[in-house]
Amino acid sequence: MSKPLKKIHLAAHFPGVNNTTVWSDPAAGSHIEFSSFLRLAQTAERAKFDFFFLAEGLRLREQNGKIYDLDVVGRPDTFTVLAALAAVTERLGLAGTINSTFNEPYEVARQFASLDHLSAGRAAWNVVTSWDAFTGENFRRAGFLPRDQRYARAEQFLRTTWELFDSWSDDAIIADREKGVFADGARVGGFEHHDDFFDISGQFNVPRSPQGRPVIFQAGDSNEGREFAAATADAIFSRHGTLEAGQAFYTDVKGRLARYGKANEQLLILPAATFVLGDTDADAAEKADVVRHQQVSGQTAIKFLEQLWNRDLSSYDPDGPLPEVDPDVGENTIARGRASVRMHTDPLATAKQWREIADAKKLSIRELIIEVTGRQNFIGSPVTVAETINRYVQEDASDGFILVPHITPGGLDEFADTVVPLLQERGVFRSEYEGPTLRDHLGLALPGESTEARAVS
Amino acid sequence: MSALHLAVALDGAGWHPAAWREPDARPRELLTAAYWADQVVEAERGLLDFVTIEDSLGPQADRLAAPTERTDRVLGRLDAVLVAARIAPLTTHIGLIPTATVTHTEPFHISKAIATLDYVSSGRAGWRAQISGRANEAAHFGRRDIPAFTLADRDEPPVRALIGDLFDEAADYVEVVRRLWDSWEDDAEIRDADTGRFVDREKLHYIDFEGRWFNVRGPSITPRPPQGQPLVTALVHNDIPYRFAARSADLVYITPHDAADAAGIIGELRAAEAGVRRDQPLHIFADLVVFLGADAAARKARLDEQDGAEYESDALIFTGTATELADLLQEWQRAGLSGFRLRPGTIPHDLQAIGRELVPELQRRGAFRTSYDEGSLRERFGLLRPANRYVA
Repeated sequence: MSKPLKKIHLAAHFPGVNNTTVWSDPAAGSHIEFSSFLRLAQTAERAKFDFFFLAEGLRLREQNGKIYDLDVVGRPDTFTVLAALAAVTERLGLAGTINSTFNEPYEVARQFASLDHLSAGRAAWNVVTSWDAFTGENFRRAGFLPRDQRYARAEQFLRTTWELFDSWSDDAIIADREKGVFADGARVGGFEHHDDFFDISGQFNVPRSPQGRPVIFQAGDSNEGREFAAATADAIFSRHGTLEAGQAFYTDVKGRLARYGKANEQLLILPAATFVLGDTDADAAEKADVVRHQQVSGQTAIKFLEQLWNRDLSSYDPDGPLPEVDPDVGENTIARGRASVRMHTDPLATAKQWREIADAKKLSIRELIIEVTGRQNFIGSPVTVAETINRYVQEDASDGFILVPHITPGGLDEFADTVVPLLQERGVFRSEYEGPTLRDHLGLALPGESTEARAVS
Repeated sequence: MSALHLAVALDGAGWHPAAWREPDARPRELLTAAYWADQVVEAERGLLDFVTIEDSLGPQADRLAAPTERTDRVLGRLDAVLVAARIAPLTTHIGLIPTATVTHTEPFHISKAIATLDYVSSGRAGWRAQISGRANEAAHFGRRDIPAFTLADRDEPPVRALIGDLFDEAADYVEVVRRLWDSWEDDAEIRDADTGRFVDREKLHYIDFEGRWFNVRGPSITPRPPQGQPLVTALVHNDIPYRFAARSADLVYITPHDAADAAGIIGELRAAEAGVRRDQPLHIFADLVVFLGADAAARKARLDEQDGAEYESDALIFTGTATELADLLQEWQRAGLSGFRLRPGTIPHDLQAIGRELVPELQRRGAFRTSYDEGSLRERFGLLRPANRYVA
């Protein structure tokens, strides 16, 4: 007997402040007006997606000591936009990134509990952590954290918010007019938490929300990050877009769950994915190439090269060959506020590899950058894309995808209209929402009331 | 006499501690979006200028007293900024002014939150900046100690010094929030295909604030909000917050107990304003707790009995008919008030009476609008969209 088909989970990522987002296209709209958020969220809900996702960054990026101006710049406050979207959607989950370094548990817990109440159980939190003093310059605590402490603090932060969420019993509000009892005195928010990072006590002031706690997402990819996710998260927002890399990541992370007493279904793997659709596969491939050239202008190519080379390369011609000079291997100082530069762990080796590719294929700087960065994950006709997505999920490279359109706000429309019906026909994607909460969409149980329910080994 | 402005202050089931026990109250729905939407829609139907939404970083408590162990009062509330954002798409004209505390929070976060509220409401956002002088709220953050004190201690020198510090910090906080709102020029986004630039970075500004409590570099991550500077408001009770309001606010709420008292406070506020640079004078609102109807006094007495104590407030507690209230508002207005922020004793009763009885009475007297004009919340107060401080 073959095993039953897995159900696919899909989410809509609001286009981000990076070069994936093509702002120069005539169809590209505002990145800040509410109408854009509304449009993408309503498209996602029409297509029965699991959730809408909004990223966050707390300092404008800089390169060569100046604000980076080639990509979309500017974004709203995550909580505020998600709360407003709760008014114009009914079932769609509302997920946002909130940094654990530049916030305090009491405030973040009451914001997420409030969002969960105001959306009737649709809130999710992508917990990120940061250690850079650059971002800390915008905050009262200045925020610098030794790199090796960031997961320790993030984990304590998260566990502290759980204590706050769990400090109210589900049925604490009685509101008995006759007896004059509003809330039962036993579990109405009392808490006490003392560790190396947080020394707090008192009374939490938001009663238990519909989901108990928001759904927890994490995006860490290091060994530590994977372990943190296995221990604490409901879903991982990963970046392993190919079948083989996805399967390796999936096996690795799911393999870590047993030691936390969790079943495979209790941690979903949801990579971010880009896509280009066409009437035929050939048509889509042609469009994908056009989009890649929109995403990587000559100026952008030079900036990408600088991020690896860690030097000013503004005098180079993007249509010419790669620099002969080697990368500066010191601390990367050219680009700030950009997580991707940390991927360049061995700049000399990467530069050598890029030169080999450029020599073999006779590529200019711009063509090389197009070749080595961010090719779309899914390119093809709707049938091809639907089959590919389904194969990735059925073959355990993921449990679904967080789709990142490259056009704001209409970039998901075609996918919703053409790919989603094909997945529904195959019985691998819902045609109607089954329950009201995001936990229902993701197949996650309500958390127990005790923070000790999931012991950490 | 010119028309007056009218706002309501929303808090739970109403301002009387026993309000949730009224037959028409919805105490089990206080944490739902539908409950808040109904209140704000009701206020908008009454053509009110704005609603404020109370908040705190701890459980509800009487003025400066420690939280009680009483189980017969409403406990728990939602984040007011998020409530305002949740309601914004459901309304079109009414201003939305959530309370947010400055004492333990980050000016960077509040700046972008209110800016975003301004975007999602198309220019209807404001903010009531509030300090926290409560020891129990400080313990929720664990970053500083604030000694416990009560209202009776407020004129003791150490308490005055502490309150002075908290309001100085609040003034720095508002300054940072305002600079961040201006840190993007209105036309910073250029989408220039020729040069490949999305923004003109010459029009993005570091704010480089350095102060005793925090340093903030900027710029904001959020572009300048539709109103440029959303309305900053504060509730003030004595000389220290008067100075804060004169420096930092566009609109203040005061708590006089008669017209002469109002005139005295207004005089103090105007004197404080004279000592600082301002573009436009403060709008001054008086706060009143209102129980409306022919049986209002009896209704309040019944609620007091249920609560086991006579309800007291920093603001005058009015009981009477809408006509009597209209008389009082017009009398007080002559002292120099722009308007009133009414705190409904119970919801929905007193909120409905404001929109359905008081407003028509004021309209008959030609003292209140009969429809909303188009335009932002600032424009409703005759406040121009301010020039950006960073534009030469």
